[in-house]
Amino acid sequence: MTVQARPLDTAPLAADTPILEMRGISQIFPGVKALDGVNIALYPGKVTALIGENGAGKSTLVKILTGIYRPNEGEILIDGQPIAFANAQGAIDAGVTAIHQETVLFDELTVGENIFLGHAPRTRFGLIDWKTINQRARQLLAELESSIDPTIRLKDLSIAQRHLVAIARALSVEARIVIMDEPTAALSRKEIDDLFRIVEGLKKQGKAILFISHKFDEVYEIAENYAVFRDGKMVGSGVLKTTPQDEIVRLMVGRDVHDVFPKVPARIGGTVLSVESYCHDTEFRDISFDLKKGEILGVYGLIGAGRSELCQSLFGITAPASGRLSLDGREISIRTPANAIAAGIVYVPEERGRHGLALEMPIYQNMSLPSLARMSVRGFLKAVNEFALARKYAERLDLRAAALSVPVGTLSGGNQQKVVIGKWLATQPKVIILDEPTKGIDIGSKAAVHGFISELAGEGLSIIMISSELPEILGMSDRVLVMHEGLMAGLYDRDGLTAETLVRAATGNR
Amino acid sequence: MSAATSQTTTTRRQIPDRLGTPFKRLLASWEVLLFGVAVVIFIANSLASPYFLDAWNLSDATFNFTEKAMIAFAMALLIIAGEIDLSVAAIIALASTAMGYAAQMGIGAPGLVAIGIGTGLACGAFNGILVAGLKLPSIVVTIGTMSLFRGISYIVLGDQAYGKYPADFAFFGQGYVFWVFSLEFVLFLFMAGLFAVLLHATNFGRQVYVIGNNPLAARFSGIPVERVKFILFLLTGLMSGIAAVCLTSRLGSTRPSIAQGWELEVVTMVVLGGVSILGGAGTIAGVVIAAFVMGLVTFGLGLLNVPGIVMSIFIGLLLIVTIALPILGRRIRNARK
Amino acid sequence: MQRLLKNREILLGLIIVVMIAGFSTRASNFATPGNLATIFNDTSILIILALGQMTVILTKSIDLSVAANLAFTGMAVAMLDAAYPGLPLALLIVIAIGIGAVLGAINGFLVWLLQIPPIVVTLGTLTIYRGMAFVLSGGSWVNAHQMTPDFLGLPRISVMGLPVLSWAAIAIVFLIWFVLTRTPFGRSTYAAGGNPTAAVYAGIDVGRARFLAFVLSGALAGLSGYLWVSRYAVAYVDIAAGFELDSVAANVIGGVSIAGGIGSVTGTVLGALFLGVIKNALPVIGISPFAQMAISGVVIVLAVVFNARAEAKKGRIILRDRAAKESQEVTA
Repeated sequence: MTVQARPLDTAPLAADTPILEMRGISQIFPGVKALDGVNIALYPGKVTALIGENGAGKSTLVKILTGIYRPNEGEILIDGQPIAFANAQGAIDAGVTAIHQETVLFDELTVGENIFLGHAPRTRFGLIDWKTINQRARQLLAELESSIDPTIRLKDLSIAQRHLVAIARALSVEARIVIMDEPTAALSRKEIDDLFRIVEGLKKQGKAILFISHKFDEVYEIAENYAVFRDGKMVGSGVLKTTPQDEIVRLMVGRDVHDVFPKVPARIGGTVLSVESYCHDTEFRDISFDLKKGEILGVYGLIGAGRSELCQSLFGITAPASGRLSLDGREISIRTPANAIAAGIVYVPEERGRHGLALEMPIYQNMSLPSLARMSVRGFLKAVNEFALARKYAERLDLRAAALSVPVGTLSGGNQQKVVIGKWLATQPKVIILDEPTKGIDIGSKAAVHGFISELAGEGLSIIMISSELPEILGMSDRVLVMHEGLMAGLYDRDGLTAETLVRAATGNR
Repeated sequence: MSAATSQTTTTRRQIPDRLGTPFKRLLASWEVLLFGVAVVIFIANSLASPYFLDAWNLSDATFNFTEKAMIAFAMALLIIAGEIDLSVAAIIALASTAMGYAAQMGIGAPGLVAIGIGTGLACGAFNGILVAGLKLPSIVVTIGTMSLFRGISYIVLGDQAYGKYPADFAFFGQGYVFWVFSLEFVLFLFMAGLFAVLLHATNFGRQVYVIGNNPLAARFSGIPVERVKFILFLLTGLMSGIAAVCLTSRLGSTRPSIAQGWELEVVTMVVLGGVSILGGAGTIAGVVIAAFVMGLVTFGLGLLNVPGIVMSIFIGLLLIVTIALPILGRRIRNARK
Repeated sequence: MQRLLKNREILLGLIIVVMIAGFSTRASNFATPGNLATIFNDTSILIILALGQMTVILTKSIDLSVAANLAFTGMAVAMLDAAYPGLPLALLIVIAIGIGAVLGAINGFLVWLLQIPPIVVTLGTLTIYRGMAFVLSGGSWVNAHQMTPDFLGLPRISVMGLPVLSWAAIAIVFLIWFVLTRTPFGRSTYAAGGNPTAAVYAGIDVGRARFLAFVLSGALAGLSGYLWVSRYAVAYVDIAAGFELDSVAANVIGGVSIAGGIGSVTGTVLGALFLGVIKNALPVIGISPFAQMAISGVVIVLAVVFNARAEAKKGRIILRDRAAKESQEVTA
């Protein structure tokens, strides 16, 4: 990846006093230490980039800074004074605002109300001052070069527009500390330029900005300082200008990139799955590709490109509008997940907790779920069979848990993922679709998951792997399918494939 | 944590199947707590009234809850799956009206039973199509169908009543199988067993639990969520139909206001039995014990000549207190930490 | 025109107008101002209860105890008036609202602090409050001749052609509209129900919003208690039986989502009026009043179907976004 050389201010860091400091912050959840003695400082007029893999602790840190969580250890200082946030309102009052990854907005309320909810200007009698709300909202949106009407409902806006409203909301609070959590995930190049212009404006106003991202291009373009997280610890920080990118990658990953993704070369066989002109009414169009036996097909693209929608359609969650599917040469029709499972196509979802597991139910019951028919005799479940199945796959995946009967929600992210993968392996599939398989998993388990995926490919399974992490895609895939806004932007072979090619295709520039 | 990649571990981890002993797990459950409450109420009742500990009186007492409990079994499954059916009492009214109408036409007892149960099934199917098929929220849909079903009874009957039922029809609600055990009570026990097996030992029951726990994950695991929910509404309709047969047979007459308010008593029985109103948890055993608890309370208070409406204060309090106590307990324990 | 028709309230209003027009072909005096005013007056109490219920439903809760609350409070003030005829009416009304608010606060407390689901709480309190009405009255009735003339007279006093009862409903409509659109509490109910997680992030106390909604619903139920016993000139334990479901039905018909966060005062009022028009029309057009329940039921089911279509959450609509962007780029 190329690093943009960018003229930066030469003001030395040491002279500035931080607006916000976190010292020795730790956050412990049952079974896992999400943050371990973290130190970080934010300076006025400067952007600090917070870099780390998924599961490194970044979102936990944000929740502490916005008052959602109270840290178990450590202290937060603002302007040198220790402060504790009683709740979200406390953080807002202290001058902290955040633009989150998930939209924390209200579909049914208007744009103006969304921007000012919780801190709406009041009239003399304490009533909501709608006139001022709409006026100020229009102003804020104009500063963001948007002409969105503040009186329309949020649900009528597009994703990028909603994001703009989220930014306007963060700006409306007159905060001194602005947190941006992966703000460019769904934006086009032009929108990213606009965003950076706004960030420069915030810097000039003396605000301190925490910019969370794992895209080095952007980080080097917009930030002065950096802090790298790994496995809940702060492993390095400093000035970007004087730090080469490899150093940051090394801090992030803990070792050289090449060792992380142990792809075992697999024997690639004939075509297993053939997808022809698959179209969905609203989410994707004209997707065609072949999947071979033992192959790992990476699927890359920006958030909102339609990758999950495509794969969920292949799995039968939504029925396609048109298109043809063939498995092992035979044409098949998949309209429900049951169809897909019967055909041997399974889907490991991106959101484990929402789509993949019943968190309150025991491990063994989650594992046997798609295989209930085989676990039972004439409709009567035999627990013996279920435990046997669970034991077999727990062993195979090296699951760590206190017992097979504990609720699956008590396991760590990596182990939960193993349960999901195990439950699908138990159905003896031909094709496994993995949607962001290492999202929210610590680096140690990540390597194990990758190793396991390679093993599966080696055993003859065909794998479709959606990922937003370039090193993962480049390291693991035999071929890469890139999607952009619902269409296929390219299908590339592993040989000679570079990150630039993928990024350019994913962002619509060819 | 070392990031070294040691792929193959030499010793395979052995994870136990379960933790703790079965006995300890049992002790901590809601069902045991409720059973304790039942015992306490039983003792209190026998101390309060000399008429309590009489076999025939106790048998009479069971009529208080057997019909509602049979519906409660089906309702429990539905609530575990995350839905609710507030139209069950109205289904009783409609089924009863249908049977009364048929009785006027001269149809004999077997035919009446078929009509009662058939009406229940038809109403259940109607609910099922709306909730599972059209994906509408069950609470408001069944508030609507509750008005509709009972409304039809009112249209047919107005402020009249059907009274002419064939003599052999009375057996269902008034007959005895053996000594003090009425047909209704035996039927109740039979249904308890049937539903317990259905919920706790079959694939279908497992699917019900998963749908209640996480309907999205259920769908993403290939479970036919809509089909299961439709069947559950058929079940509540069916049980309402059976209850209608028993109740109509017991009363010997039908008014459109029959079983008024029963839907709330059934839901109370289910929630008291430890089934979470939010779905995903609960047992038939709990519902059985709750049925006895409610029956004991109403019977005991009845022996003391407490009017029905005051009895319902006790039931309401029982519901809230039994839900609130564990939560209060947890809060006090957490505050102490 | 299409967009106008999509507006739920306008559609509902049109349906009501069409219904009235239809009924008046069968009964020529149906659409007279006098009869319409009677219909409104008859529906006033339902309107008041439905608005209280609306606030509760907005916060993703439900209040099944409103009718029992009404019964207990109505009985209480009727008994007070009968026992102490010297008590000023204003005081009795304040007491009614106060008792109702306390009963509502009990619901709110159990939901907020013990986090018991509202349906369970109000299922319990509905039997408790109704039972308390029995205990309070000993099962006996308070009849018209036991109530003071002031007590009975207030709702019937005609002001500018409408009885005070109707004016009370109108006043409450404006009050609730004001609270829900202009006060921070009112807006917090929409936020708390629409997206509780985001509401917490925005610094809104979701639990407190629900508590206050229950108190409001209870207070309105208490007021309705006085209005009922005075208007119908009788108080007994079973009054307003089933009214809690009517108040929910009015909301559903009016487009209030049972999932919370969606609804308008206009919609709820129209929903209540819809039910009121039907109730009034049936005897007039020769349908047995016994048909009213069934018709309500059909209407509710249809309203739920309609609501669901309107609320259908769209997916990411990626292709539509792309089309929109392309057209933007062309015009830029």
